[in-house]
Amino acid sequence: MATGWNSSLRLAEAELTEGHLVVAGKTYRSRLLVGTGKYRDFAQTRAAIEASGAEIITVAIRRTNIGQNANEPSLLEYVPPSRYTLLPNTAGCYSAEDAVRTLRLARELLDGHDLVKLEVLGDPQTLYPNMPQTLEAAKQLVRDGFKVMVYCSDDPIQAKMLEDLGCVAVMPLASLIGSGMGILNPWNLQLVIDRVGVPVLVDAGVGTASDAAIAMELGCDGVLMNTAIAAARDPVRMASAMKQAVEAGREAFLAGRMPKKLYSATPSSPASGTIAPSQPKAA
Amino acid sequence: MIRITVNGSARAFEQPLDIGALLATLELTGKKVAVERNGEIVPKSAHGTTLVLDGDRLELVVAVGGG
Repeated sequence: MATGWNSSLRLAEAELTEGHLVVAGKTYRSRLLVGTGKYRDFAQTRAAIEASGAEIITVAIRRTNIGQNANEPSLLEYVPPSRYTLLPNTAGCYSAEDAVRTLRLARELLDGHDLVKLEVLGDPQTLYPNMPQTLEAAKQLVRDGFKVMVYCSDDPIQAKMLEDLGCVAVMPLASLIGSGMGILNPWNLQLVIDRVGVPVLVDAGVGTASDAAIAMELGCDGVLMNTAIAAARDPVRMASAMKQAVEAGREAFLAGRMPKKLYSATPSSPASGTIAPSQPKAA
Repeated sequence: MIRITVNGSARAFEQPLDIGALLATLELTGKKVAVERNGEIVPKSAHGTTLVLDGDRLELVVAVGGG
């Protein structure tokens, strides 16, 4: 697949940052971001996060249980903000207003932490982003001092609009949230990567390790996933697979893949010096 | 008597109380909880000085697993 002008910029940038991911001025060694939903328990959540090597961890914001088990363990005891960069999300929000309120609560909850994942959903069947509401929420959040990583469609024009509004990373879906359908439209992702200067991360749709590698080979700066790990038969092992896939995909991108050639096979071994062809045997 | 809504459920109290006292009543003292009152954040530093009034809508939230 052809790469545009921004891919060479990304390669140059990769040298400057020694291959690390830089989001909102902070450097991360891992390009894999993981969620904390759908695990069997907090111990498994923690084990999977450790195996993934991820440093940025998404959490959701929900009403607290009142009048139930006062000693119920808290997610934050297992994923301490002192060790990880937490990324509170707005999952479940269908309007800009609800998303903004949710992230103001998150910032209060996390002692002023301002790096957030904005997602404004269109409908509960597809969880596809509602882009007009996403753009509106991004505008308000940036004005309010948040550093916004934003879940969005793979439309290169609107992804650029989000960057222009001041978002610190754009995160197009590769396929529907939780679907595990993989990278359905690499061409659109390529267009987003080529047009957007801030980090581009695939958020949603990855099902297995090769999907993550493909995203990284396209030139994505990172991959965010939850279900692909949590819903695997062995989540901790899949977390390790994803870590390696993201690293391998990144290495392949930096190495620069060979061009795809249809009908121009070239042998890897010397064409000359082969032994004499066998003679047809007499009947 | 004041009637308020906490996380979608109706509750009644004999007299107005501040957010800190409300959290104590709900056995949430010391828990990592963020408070929104009528759509506005109530910072932790103001829990002791912000009164809950009749008709208030409160949201008390925590971090949970999610993607």
